[in-house]
Amino acid sequence: MPTVSLTVNGRTVEGEAEGRTLLVDFIRETLDLTGTHVGCDTSQCGACVVHVAGVSVKSCTMLAVEADSAELTTVEGLASNGTLHPMQTAFHQHHGLQCGYCTPGMMMSGIDLVSRNADPSEHEVREWLEGNLCRCTGYHNIVKAVQAAAAEMGG
Amino acid sequence: MSETGIGAALLRKEDRRFITGKGKYVDDINRPGQAYAYIVRSPEAHASIGGIDASEALEAPGVIAVLTGADMAEDGVGGLPAGWGILFQDGSPMIEPPHPPLVADRVRHVGDQVAVVIAETKAQAKAAAALVDVDYQPLPAIAGLTQASADSAALVWDEAPGNICYDWGLGDEAATNAAFEGAAHVVTLDLVNNRLIPNAIEPRAAIGDYDATDDSYTLYTTTQNPHVIRLLMGAFVLGLPEHKLRVVAPDVGGGFGSKIFHYAEEAIMTWASKRLQRPVKWTAERSESFMSDAHGRDHITHAELALDADGKFVGLRVNTAANLGAYISTFGAAVPTYLYATLFSGCYTTPAIFVNVKAYFTNTVPVDAYRGAGRPEAAFVVERLVHKAAVQLGMDQVELRRKNFIQPDQFPYQTPVALEYDVGDYDGTLDVALELADYDGFGTRREEAAARGKLRGIGLSTFVEACGIAPSAVAGALGARAGLFEVGHVRVHPTGSITVFTGSHSHGQGHETTFAQLVSDRFGVPPDQVEVVHGDTAQVAFGMGTYGSRSLAVGGSAIHMAMEKIIEKGTKIAAHLMEAAVEDVVFDKGNFTVAGTDKSKALGEVAFAAYVPHNYPEDLEPGLDETAFYDPKNFTFPAGAHIVEVEIDPDTGVIELCGVSCADDVGRIINPMIVEGQMHGGLAQGIGQALLESCVYDDSGQLITGSYMNYTMPRAADLPFFKTGHHITDCTHNPLGVKGVGEVGSIGVPPAVINAIVDALSAAGVEHIDMPATPERVWSALQDAKA
Repeated sequence: MPTVSLTVNGRTVEGEAEGRTLLVDFIRETLDLTGTHVGCDTSQCGACVVHVAGVSVKSCTMLAVEADSAELTTVEGLASNGTLHPMQTAFHQHHGLQCGYCTPGMMMSGIDLVSRNADPSEHEVREWLEGNLCRCTGYHNIVKAVQAAAAEMGG
Repeated sequence: MSETGIGAALLRKEDRRFITGKGKYVDDINRPGQAYAYIVRSPEAHASIGGIDASEALEAPGVIAVLTGADMAEDGVGGLPAGWGILFQDGSPMIEPPHPPLVADRVRHVGDQVAVVIAETKAQAKAAAALVDVDYQPLPAIAGLTQASADSAALVWDEAPGNICYDWGLGDEAATNAAFEGAAHVVTLDLVNNRLIPNAIEPRAAIGDYDATDDSYTLYTTTQNPHVIRLLMGAFVLGLPEHKLRVVAPDVGGGFGSKIFHYAEEAIMTWASKRLQRPVKWTAERSESFMSDAHGRDHITHAELALDADGKFVGLRVNTAANLGAYISTFGAAVPTYLYATLFSGCYTTPAIFVNVKAYFTNTVPVDAYRGAGRPEAAFVVERLVHKAAVQLGMDQVELRRKNFIQPDQFPYQTPVALEYDVGDYDGTLDVALELADYDGFGTRREEAAARGKLRGIGLSTFVEACGIAPSAVAGALGARAGLFEVGHVRVHPTGSITVFTGSHSHGQGHETTFAQLVSDRFGVPPDQVEVVHGDTAQVAFGMGTYGSRSLAVGGSAIHMAMEKIIEKGTKIAAHLMEAAVEDVVFDKGNFTVAGTDKSKALGEVAFAAYVPHNYPEDLEPGLDETAFYDPKNFTFPAGAHIVEVEIDPDTGVIELCGVSCADDVGRIINPMIVEGQMHGGLAQGIGQALLESCVYDDSGQLITGSYMNYTMPRAADLPFFKTGHHITDCTHNPLGVKGVGEVGSIGVPPAVINAIVDALSAAGVEHIDMPATPERVWSALQDAKA
């Protein structure tokens, strides 16, 4: 089995992966980082969004072997030294989550949006999140949270 | 109001673990030595099984076992039980076919479970499942209600002639017919309530874990009600006593009803873990969710409303065909009957109502409760009829509603369809919604839209729902096979910190916060001194779980009752410590005080004395730990007024949602932030039903909408910000005055959306449009009206 070696949340890790192993399964099963979720099998729901080289990627659309040598950030890597990322704080303060299942993917996706567009409009946030499904919140407070985080992140 | 008690928009205690990726869902759990299961599902809608050849699969790498229905029969495994029995109008019982966890002889829907492959890895189990050779001999399939009720229809079950499970009625048929005979106006409507797929974003999962050392089982499962699963699976399917079966429902990623039911996979994993002497884990792929999670709605209805010359409703007659799917799911039989027909009075004084429901078996996934469960279907019929009546009689849609509202001084109000509403103020609720929606300004906005070539419409829905399910004796008399109380257990620890054990289950509702607020309010302690435990039968004494907007009204009331017991006992202890008479001691905000003095003991001091009873009342047990079982006296009756405004492009049929304004009477509000979040989520699902979502089977019973590629889930860009407001009347019969909020959005908003669309199209002559009102349907309706 090929060995995959990569940087995850600032730490160098490695593990074995079959050729068919999806990156999301590698993250969850091999690296035991279960904050990244699986909500579908057609790359529609976005629960598995992580950052590869700082860019949001649905980790069900990559094979683990494709991530060899990559720099990965998962939801577990957002807070530093116990200080929450502004996106995490905004989701908490604006009640942007209910069951929490879509939340990691939503936040990872939202952070990538803000890195490209420091002051996104409501419309821009809604359009950007087209690849992330939430069944609990009606997106109302998610949109508010992403906009609030953008303001906090210096937009 | 305190900053942390009842009425405070306290930020959620549970958020921290979810936003840091530390939530613990079933698929995040792995047991030592665990094997993985993959279910072999039928690709046929209806077929006899000639045989199952697993020899090739058994040779595949990593495969440990392939188990079938024959193996289950060998072990005496029973069928999945129906939790509610319904009677035919003549009093005979519904047809109740078997519901085996693994089917041995005849599959009855695409996705039916035929075998389970268990292997060392998930990938190996899945690969080997493709090698299981099942000899399917196809039979004619019944793909939906129209086929099921046809004269020469094939039979889903040989024991159910005409594919009918029951033919049931509620109300006074003769009085209703008489009302129609004398009516000045009759409004008729034929409609479809579209079939939906719940789609919690977390797929179902189950881990069975048998422990041979004491012959006990643990099931980790994605359920809304672990104790109910323990009861149903233990007593009816596997024959396991409660003390040997622990059911754990950890963090659960949304339910919306679909995770109430006892599913085959739970029994299969629990059973297989003993056979293999290893933990066995199964996690649904989304494609499996589409074909194995219970679906929702799916009615065809003919309804008639009779009015007198002044526009007063005098009679309502409803005939509904309801699709139950291939098997009777846990609450499947109750949804189109007692959760549906009982709501036909709505918020109106209609004196005579008769509802007939024929429930059909079809070769489709079982249909059961989905957010709202029966009540959205009823509200849709009533509110569409009211809108159509306003148009037909040339009356204002607001005034027609007001003319027929039950008035505040008429409560308690006995409806003609079994329920007794305790309280409400429907004019008051409507006033708030009209204000939120700027209803008076609509005419100007319509003209402005018309100048741009757009058709603008406004639609209302004023509705009542029955929540807080349910008074056990009432439910039992109506066919429920379980009690519907809830359990609250409050433990005050020796140092004054508090653990609350609840039989309710949170899968997004925020119970850890709301329930802590109840304690904070009553005991005067900060919420972070309170831990709420749920979702584990080994920790929580008993419970009936979370559905039907019952957690706060029933579960919260149970916690309240347990707190009152704590206070009653604490008062005796405090009186002893302060050398006062028990009747002179009052408890308020964390302190027991001797009335009229400055003598006081904090709850923590009393708790310490209870666990270190050196100076303690004689004849009083030590400890400060109380449990209450709360059985509600009645249902609760949240009500609301929802107003939707749309703009339609007549050239394309594209609908823009311009405004969604909702005023709800959900009873007393504990946490307004959480309440609004619940309203938002319900609205999104209701709008999804009205505009986007529809489960489609083709004529051969193949599921066409089997993934997110072709089942249209509401996405962020499909929805606007919602305007929400309240007009509260406190529930009169539970100690908190609360009613419930989980389902108001999905119940109230679909008819408001469709009424708005019909309003926009009415000048063109369109009288009705079925859900989902897609651009194609809207455009076609406009073309048909022109023709």
